[in-house]
Amino acid sequence: MSALLGLLRKEAYHIRRDRRTLAVLIFMPVVQVILFGFAIRTDVENVRLAIVDPAPDHATLALRNRFAATDNFRLTAVVPRVEELEGLFQRGTVQQAIVFAPGFADRIARGLPARVLIITDATEPNTGSAAQGYALTVIQTYERDLIAQQKTASAAGANVRIVLAVRMRFNPTRESSNLFVPGLMAFILTVISALMTAISLTREKETGTLEALLVSPLKPWQIIVGKVLPYLAVGFVSVLLVILEARLIFDVPLRGSLFLLLAEGLLFILVSLSLGILISSRTSSQRVAMMGAMIGTMLPTMLLSGFIFPIESMPLPLQIVTNVVPARWFVEIARSIMLKGVGLAYLWQETLVLAGMAVVLLVASTRSFSERLA
Amino acid sequence: MTAGALAIEAKELTRTFGTFVAVDRITFDVRAGEVFGFLGANGAGKTTAIRMLTGLLAPSGGRATVAGHDVATQTEAVKRNIGYMSQRFSLYEDLTVAENIRLYGGIYDLSAREIRERTDRMIGRLGLAHAASTYVRSIPLGWRQKLAFSVALLHEPRVVFLDEPTSGVDPITRRQFWELIYETAAAGTTVLVTTHYMDEAEYCDRISIMVAGRIAAIGAPADVKREFGADSIDELFVQLARRDPARAKPATPERTP
Repeated sequence: MSALLGLLRKEAYHIRRDRRTLAVLIFMPVVQVILFGFAIRTDVENVRLAIVDPAPDHATLALRNRFAATDNFRLTAVVPRVEELEGLFQRGTVQQAIVFAPGFADRIARGLPARVLIITDATEPNTGSAAQGYALTVIQTYERDLIAQQKTASAAGANVRIVLAVRMRFNPTRESSNLFVPGLMAFILTVISALMTAISLTREKETGTLEALLVSPLKPWQIIVGKVLPYLAVGFVSVLLVILEARLIFDVPLRGSLFLLLAEGLLFILVSLSLGILISSRTSSQRVAMMGAMIGTMLPTMLLSGFIFPIESMPLPLQIVTNVVPARWFVEIARSIMLKGVGLAYLWQETLVLAGMAVVLLVASTRSFSERLA
Repeated sequence: MTAGALAIEAKELTRTFGTFVAVDRITFDVRAGEVFGFLGANGAGKTTAIRMLTGLLAPSGGRATVAGHDVATQTEAVKRNIGYMSQRFSLYEDLTVAENIRLYGGIYDLSAREIRERTDRMIGRLGLAHAASTYVRSIPLGWRQKLAFSVALLHEPRVVFLDEPTSGVDPITRRQFWELIYETAAAGTTVLVTTHYMDEAEYCDRISIMVAGRIAAIGAPADVKREFGADSIDELFVQLARRDPARAKPATPERTP
């Protein structure tokens, strides 16, 4: 035990004495929050749509068909009551809902205002506003077509009125910063756990000190834990700073439990760490390790996690590839916790995927570490 | 240690990587308190052999004991009883002299008191008292080397492995370093040392020369020179190394010895 404590202390010295790297690790995310807060643009298709239709009639069916006919929407649920939407939104089964008032066709026929409510999940603000725009267009086109039909039918022309109400869920002001903070957390944790672990382990390889640790009675797991724990601490400090900064500058909420968020963060760190160890056990120079970590972990986290580009708008092959990117799952989890305030009951699937990745990679990396270094 | 006080005992020790035989059934003994020179050209299999003896690499065949413990089955006990120093000195450059000593003391489970006492003694003996809180990066190479050696001996191992400990060091410092080696051996610690300096080989009690994974010569320097009719270890080394077919071919393609 004292041997492990000694290792931890030594690693803490390394970190503390390499002021420049420490400063980069702490302040880079802080600056990125500001940069990303102003600079992300996106686009959408295949919005998952729910229809709430308490009393289906020919008008609501006609509108449903129009939604189903466009590429922008994919009808995933038809339910009779608004109450059922809550769960659908939180699980992410649905990104947008069209709610018809009862007696829709009847009111149109009688020239009374017929009400439709559009509810949109705005956790991804750009996707949200685009989806809302598409939905408005579909309904307004329908309204115009009705008016045109009635005009030809009777010269008088009844006054068709569809009254639209829109509502944004989770992120009513549609601020992009709400969206990117979870992604940025994934990015920071990747940089610190994967990149820094890979670099500092290969540095010990280069200087020959790893050899000295390996011929000592230390177990491989002690060497790894001694290496990794101090970086974990730095990562946590950094994440807390980002959450705080996001809240102070961009009013990004933390609706769910901070504890759950940090616990999921830990799981994600474990995955990234194993990747870092895997990379360092297969490289012998810091430079190669850095390239490996950047291409193997940082780029996928930036491009394929939904951090910057929504996964929905990627080509199908890329969408499939995102499944093996650990950050994709963590970003989804972090977004749901921070913006929707949901708990583990809704996130167990994503959590399970991440846990599975952690187990596989930990086994692979400790095996690779003991085989290649020892 | 019983059984004729053998510090290292290797029998038919073998290591293969795929079809390549890096160490090919080597058999040798090192007696307790001996300074044993482990020579061989680059790629002859020295490093692989040392990695097996220090418990870093599992043998593919044969067996070996170090300080009485089997390297394949009692790795933990082997590791507790050996010290190791490589040509890269294995010290952390951004830690101070005292912090390095404390780190390795902790790794070998020494108590805080033991660490303190041995640190003082070591720093005093090396004449480094004024530099205890200096970063290793800023002390001269010669001192760094002696410090690395002392740190490898901190937990008082029975056998110490020195892998090219003097490469890149000036002749005077090398001479001083060998005095440290003799002191250590005189105190009962067995020293296995690899080197590319053939004058250093002459300082050893016994040497072995590896060629292509096998031990081509073994014995006291004077005896092996006599056996092969060579005037110096240097001459003998070159003569043996030429036998390695992999090495001889590109250099002298027209004739093989």
